[in-house]
Amino acid sequence: MSATTRTGQPAVYNDSVVRWFAIASVIYGVVGMLVGVIIAAQLTWPELNLGIEWLTYGRLRPLHTNAVIFAFGGSALFATSYYVVQRTCHTRLFANGLAWFTLIGWNVVIVSAVIALPMGITQSKEYAELPWLVDLLIAVVWVAYAIVFFGTIGIRKVRHIYVANWFFGAYIIAIALLHIFNNIQIPTSLWHSYSAYAGVQDAMVQWWYGHNAVGFFLTAAFLGMMYYFIPKQAERPVYSYRLSIVHFWALIFTYMWAGPHHLHYTALPDWAQSVGMVFSLILLAPSWGGMINGIMTLSGAWHKLRDDPILRFLIVSLSFYGMSTFEGPMMSIKTVNALSHYTDWTVGHVHSGALGWVGLVSMGSLYYLIPRLFGQKKMYSVPAIELHFWIATIGIVLYIAAMWIAGVMQGLMWRSVNPDGSLTYTFVESVKATFPFYVIRLVGGLLYLTGMLVMLWNTVMTARQGRAVDGPVIAVNPAHA
Amino acid sequence: MDILYLLVPLSVVLVFIVLGIFWWALQSGQFDNVEREGERVLRSD
Repeated sequence: MSATTRTGQPAVYNDSVVRWFAIASVIYGVVGMLVGVIIAAQLTWPELNLGIEWLTYGRLRPLHTNAVIFAFGGSALFATSYYVVQRTCHTRLFANGLAWFTLIGWNVVIVSAVIALPMGITQSKEYAELPWLVDLLIAVVWVAYAIVFFGTIGIRKVRHIYVANWFFGAYIIAIALLHIFNNIQIPTSLWHSYSAYAGVQDAMVQWWYGHNAVGFFLTAAFLGMMYYFIPKQAERPVYSYRLSIVHFWALIFTYMWAGPHHLHYTALPDWAQSVGMVFSLILLAPSWGGMINGIMTLSGAWHKLRDDPILRFLIVSLSFYGMSTFEGPMMSIKTVNALSHYTDWTVGHVHSGALGWVGLVSMGSLYYLIPRLFGQKKMYSVPAIELHFWIATIGIVLYIAAMWIAGVMQGLMWRSVNPDGSLTYTFVESVKATFPFYVIRLVGGLLYLTGMLVMLWNTVMTARQGRAVDGPVIAVNPAHA
Repeated sequence: MDILYLLVPLSVVLVFIVLGIFWWALQSGQFDNVEREGERVLRSD
């Protein structure tokens, strides 16, 4: 039964904001992955920066990470969190004007990143490169996001808050806190500032931020996505709702303390490194809780994987999530880290999480979302989804396998010493040995980008075939309110 | 490591806030009959 507004009109969800964020996500995905392919090619053939300063690796690399994490991933999160919170709370978004402000504000942030980063304007903090002026705008947009999201929870028509909203809520609060404390800067000009912290203090805040950005932005938030779209697409309830609650609380209590594992064998005190390592190892349990819960949601309906490419995107994303959350704690062990740190193994690990988990779960969710936002039952071309799935998966496998081999090889070459104590290999010899793996990685990245282009085409065709529709607000059965 | 005088209290305060929210969730019946809530999301929304 549809709910009605005060004037007797049938009430609709605010799907317009969702629609724009969903489209933005697909477009930014193409852009961010294209920049990724360009810098992968530059690592293989350095002269590809063409001698132009704006196209050098050092400036394009932060553009790539910001574009894929905050533009592609961020827009997908705005779209899905707004969609999910309205559906599960059975109410239209709280403060619609503010929701539109988040759409505009977030896009202004992205455009300013596209201008600032190639110009070399940066704070030099990884994943927090944007200058202080843009940081302020991000903070304002984020507060607006929190008001819209928690306001919607506040006016919900169902007493229970669905588990996906807990994950989205934790991500919104944590990112606000991390962003503000990591970006405390003393401005010296409009585009330049100094961090309020110095030396190893700054490094500690940076990786407290950096690792929790992985934990709350790239993990908790996308788990929220997973907890709505997998049950919906599989038409099965979450395997164990109880487990989802337990691993949620376990995850948010432990994540905050894992950051020091990024600073093994540095000036950071040894005990702080060990604390980071121990908490990283503990994190395996709540991470796998989510992975098992998501995959087991299909129990009794495994056959659906055979003919539903969207479900395959979602389930395979969880396999990569399970793999990278096993690999992560393992790499945080100091003796393993002594081999893996500063090598391409880390790059492979990040991309197994980014391409495999974040990318695939977003794509699967967007494939569920986009036809519904345009009044269609399914995407314009289902075989194209199938094609996208396979080229993306093959691309990921090529990418991470190449980086694993390259990383372990580099680590072994760098630590190898002759009987007289001198190094067996010069650094440039390890670079030379890595060349074939850089070529394979580039091929993997190209495949992944091709998949994204197929998705863009499919999205455009779906939008052209349908028309923008806002879903009706479904009234709740009073017995369940 | 002066920074720990900021980060540790911040994280501890956060843990207490999270505990508070957890306590609220427990008291307000968020975890009563949870499997039913898993089913509800599958119905038309």
